[in-house]
Amino acid sequence: MRLLPSGSAALLVELDGLDDVLALYAALSADPPPGVVDVVPAARTVLLMTDPAVTTLTAVADAVRATTPRPDAQAVGDTVELPVHYDGADLSEAAELLGLTPAGLVERHTGAEWTVAFCGFAPGFGYLTEPGGQWDVPRRATPRTKVPPGSVALAGEFSGVYPRESPGGWQLIGRTDVAVFDLGREPAALLRPGTRVRFVAAPR
Amino acid sequence: MSLTVLATGPLTTVQDLGRPGQAALGIGRSGVCDRASAALANRLLGNRTDAAVLEVTFGGLAVRAEADLLVVTAGARCPGAPHAAPTVLRRGQELRLGPPVAGLRTYLAVRGGIAVPPVLGSRATDVLAGLGPAVVAVGDVLPVGEPVDPAPGVDLAPVPEPAAGELTVTVLPGPRADWFGEAVWAALIGQAWAVTSESNRVGLRLDGTPLDRLRSGELPSEGMVRGALQVPPSGLPVLFLADHPVTGGYPVIGYVTDADVDRCAQLRPGQTLRLRPAR
Repeated sequence: MRLLPSGSAALLVELDGLDDVLALYAALSADPPPGVVDVVPAARTVLLMTDPAVTTLTAVADAVRATTPRPDAQAVGDTVELPVHYDGADLSEAAELLGLTPAGLVERHTGAEWTVAFCGFAPGFGYLTEPGGQWDVPRRATPRTKVPPGSVALAGEFSGVYPRESPGGWQLIGRTDVAVFDLGREPAALLRPGTRVRFVAAPR
Repeated sequence: MSLTVLATGPLTTVQDLGRPGQAALGIGRSGVCDRASAALANRLLGNRTDAAVLEVTFGGLAVRAEADLLVVTAGARCPGAPHAAPTVLRRGQELRLGPPVAGLRTYLAVRGGIAVPPVLGSRATDVLAGLGPAVVAVGDVLPVGEPVDPAPGVDLAPVPEPAAGELTVTVLPGPRADWFGEAVWAALIGQAWAVTSESNRVGLRLDGTPLDRLRSGELPSEGMVRGALQVPPSGLPVLFLADHPVTGGYPVIGYVTDADVDRCAQLRPGQTLRLRPAR
């Protein structure tokens, strides 16, 4: 664990990998140190945002060092099932990059249990991982200026669902009709760090 | 009680202290860009610190009071504004803000707060995420809330004006300062950075001599807060303000201290910024 400075009101904790991130995030989000207002997991790091009126970065650093990671506490709530129409514009290309047929990609994507590792990019956008899944798909060389909402996509070791129309460079393999971010629903964000996700092929 | 919007200037938004505590869901904090000025405006009226205010960018806002309202402005001083001096706006009376004398963002607070419906616990408009109330438009009728606490009865608060010309603020090394090395750090603190017109609530885009990385390759996205000086491939840093992305994949060379970010939020395009290392 490396503690890196992030200004006068935040601290960045760098870890060896995603498993360590999830375990530390699970512990810190369950029991945040006093004065910590946000705990933000990412691929290799956990950011702690503090309220300088309540705490100091030294006190937060001490609390982080004294935290016992919880590798056992990664799953949150029920498994979310997302029906997907596997007709994305990049389905064939993504399959080829993985040495699979399009049907083989669909089989692998639906056969796995995915976990939301962290969120970012847009409200409700989750970076889903599947340990041991051999996913390694490069981003598109030229990002699209408009990715339709509900697009199910791959990039690097991650899969994700675009919550709304936005620019994006991920490979689009399908789309879901489920709104992953809906302000009319409580909670608005369906996917939060630790949520398990299973993709199922939607009937044609 | 309400205010009717007659003109908005280049950009007026409703803002409060934002949405802390939801960053792990990809929801940024947002909120007022200059927290100190907005807090002053609320304090002068006896509002709670989380009362929503109008953030007016480069003046131009005109409103009509639909009831007797106690109002005040703070931040960038605009001609025609009750600046740091709480004033009763009578029913039917109009308030028109001219272009500010110095600074960029003016906070118009109303006793009782702007009471548009909150979204995810806040009335802040996040222009990057597209969350919160819509950008204020001509014809909007903005509801005003009921005051909770007594008004303090302050006539005038003497406050310094935002800097005109060059602003110097304190910078701390960021988490990825080692991606750049000492010579580039010297270049960061050794030049006057020009604030460009592409700047907005997301961040100040700075122009100057580009900063070269020592290290190539990609940085896995990581969380960041306002004040971050992120260096994209162009080498020209972006200083993140209230609506910054929750995570970013370009290295952060340094951080402007939290209190100084408020002062940076008052910089106009064409002004220059100097970054002085903390002692």
